[in-house]
Amino acid sequence: MSRRHFLGALGLGAAALGSGPLLAACGGGSSGVGNGGGGGDKSKPTINQWYHQYGEAGTQQAVMRYAKEYPDANVKVQWTPGDYTSKLNSGLLSSAGPDVFESGVNIDQVQSKQVVDIDDIMKDVKSDYTEADLKSTTVDGKIYGVKMVDDMGVLYYRKSVLDKAGVKPPTSMDELIAASKELTTSKQKGLFIGNDAGVTPSFGGGALLGQILWCVGQDFLTADNKPGFNTPEAKESFLKLRELFDSKSLLLGAPTDWWDPSSFTQGLAAMQWCGLWALPGIKKAIGDDFGVVAWPAFSSSVGKPSTFLGGWTAMVSAKAKDVEAAKAFVKWLWIDNSKDQEDFNLSYGFHIPPRKSLAAKAEKLKQGPAADALKIFNDYAVPSNPAWTPKMSSAYADAATAIVRKNGDVDSNLKKAEATVKTELNRLFG
Amino acid sequence: MSSSTATLEASAVRTTPRRPRRMKEATRAFWIFMAPFVIGLLIFVYLPIVWSVVLSFSRAQNTVTPGDWVGLKNYVDLLRPGPFLNSLITFTIFAAFIVPLTFALSLGLALLLNRVPVAKGFFRSVFFLPTACSYVVASLVWKLSIFNGVRFGLANTVLSWFGVDNIPWLATTSPPWYWMVIVTLRLWIQVGFYMILFLAGLQSISPELYEAAEIDGAKPGWQTFRFITLPQLRATSVAVLLLLLINAYQAFDEFFNLLGNSSFARPPLVYLYYTAQGNQDFGHGSAGAVILALLIMILTLAQGRVFGFGRADD
Repeated sequence: MSRRHFLGALGLGAAALGSGPLLAACGGGSSGVGNGGGGGDKSKPTINQWYHQYGEAGTQQAVMRYAKEYPDANVKVQWTPGDYTSKLNSGLLSSAGPDVFESGVNIDQVQSKQVVDIDDIMKDVKSDYTEADLKSTTVDGKIYGVKMVDDMGVLYYRKSVLDKAGVKPPTSMDELIAASKELTTSKQKGLFIGNDAGVTPSFGGGALLGQILWCVGQDFLTADNKPGFNTPEAKESFLKLRELFDSKSLLLGAPTDWWDPSSFTQGLAAMQWCGLWALPGIKKAIGDDFGVVAWPAFSSSVGKPSTFLGGWTAMVSAKAKDVEAAKAFVKWLWIDNSKDQEDFNLSYGFHIPPRKSLAAKAEKLKQGPAADALKIFNDYAVPSNPAWTPKMSSAYADAATAIVRKNGDVDSNLKKAEATVKTELNRLFG
Repeated sequence: MSSSTATLEASAVRTTPRRPRRMKEATRAFWIFMAPFVIGLLIFVYLPIVWSVVLSFSRAQNTVTPGDWVGLKNYVDLLRPGPFLNSLITFTIFAAFIVPLTFALSLGLALLLNRVPVAKGFFRSVFFLPTACSYVVASLVWKLSIFNGVRFGLANTVLSWFGVDNIPWLATTSPPWYWMVIVTLRLWIQVGFYMILFLAGLQSISPELYEAAEIDGAKPGWQTFRFITLPQLRATSVAVLLLLLINAYQAFDEFFNLLGNSSFARPPLVYLYYTAQGNQDFGHGSAGAVILALLIMILTLAQGRVFGFGRADD
């Protein structure tokens, strides 16, 4: 082997490696827009606050306004369109990341000390949060974030279209499949659950990964943190979702995904699984011609209706320039400031205010479909589990994608996912 | 300039004691010009590569600080049957399609263009233009307008004239239409570039060869192509094959933008991206990147043995 050859190969190898996981050097304000800083007063500390892009008009202006209102620091808001998760992950590894950010509490972040606990600012108000919200923000007895918004999904349906076809809102998976087929015409599909058929988690997809299990009364992990998705009932449920996918009645390849109501309001699909956040937009577009139901139970005898308890949690980075100042800001905005919380939860898209006292006062959630949604939320919402790590989620979603979209074998795919999840659980809990 | 030429000539005549100084000046100039690039290369390419290699031997979950050494465990995990090996298989399928297709198409286009008597520059530019388009932009055009799954997508509109139902191109796995979306996109972007390479190769073939062949009674067309054009294009062909293969290895943009994190069509780089950036598992991510780099090196060296590309006599 000549030296020139070797060097040539080395150069190509370098090029290949260089495009692999680079060291995260993109934490700064290279993308994203805006600065809600309070005029750059030099005597005050500066706090960098990161948000993902909320789709509803006015939300971005609102968070800028909150940042300006804060008296004790210059708060710089970074609003991130696109792949927020990767950007946030890189940011948290570098010193140029956020001080305060929104995400979901995850045991990996806690164990690797990327985030700080906020027990001290939560202790006086704990009783004003639901058990579910506390559970999803607590790791090893400490609270690592305060819920800013509670989100949930509902199955929206066009009343006039269903009435015309003589179809009732579905209450079981079989009814859902039958209705979806019945409502499919040459111009309109019966149901939209995302361009990925609800099982591939990228670009906000994977909307049904939880419902597959919840509708048969299972969950990702059992109460004692063992894999909970490799059961006979879950396998049945996966096959049911595949049946739905094979029925040719799902809308696929739509211009926007499940979290955006356009496909539903423009008549591409008669029913759509979407978030409560879309309700004001849907009402504006099609008036009162819609209703909402939960994701149906598997059957009248198995499982129960379900929806996710999602939303966003305000957290403080362990690398924050001034952790105490960052915590104080979180306390000011997401715990004490009920005016802004109410504005953020109810003036743009609809979210359920996490503070019980605020949720009780939310007039906008007391009428029509919003009230139905709130009832579904209180009866059926399943909170996220901080121990369900992204790695477990990826392995499980790979299995779901292979089973539902690629006609893969249920047993072997779930077994593979289970092996990965067990390895992860061992790593975390020994 | 004439004075400096004069000095040069003069210095060439003299046996110069000055040459070392001139050498020194040249060296200094070389470093002044090169330093920014070398420093940039060191900091932004080589340092991360070394860091990646170090990380690949440690368990780096939610951190890029090496420390928790696990030896070769990350490598062993990846080389067991699982998503990473599947992604290598995906790449192989992809390469099996895209390499011969691009090769044949770009060579064909180059041969055609070489014969065009008029407006050669115009056609050359038109075919080359898509190269300037970014994969991301093209992916969005393909996904949202040409191959979207609803009735106003271009492909579905055309099909509807023949009474065919809407096809959700990217979501249909049997038959796997998503391959068509991906392969057409890549062809559209890269064919023009390789066509230019082949054109350059064709233009460097001496016309005397063809004249000699004609005198010897070779038939124009296939025979001439088979025995003169193709052998003369050997160096170009090998270069094109190698570049195509490496490009296919590094496929990322269109898979990432069109299919996201789909377990059925996920090339190695997309898998590693989701492993490192999504799951924050930098140990396995780096190990995978090192494996990929080694594979590309081995391929490059192997083709050097087989085709002798890059030898002095080429």
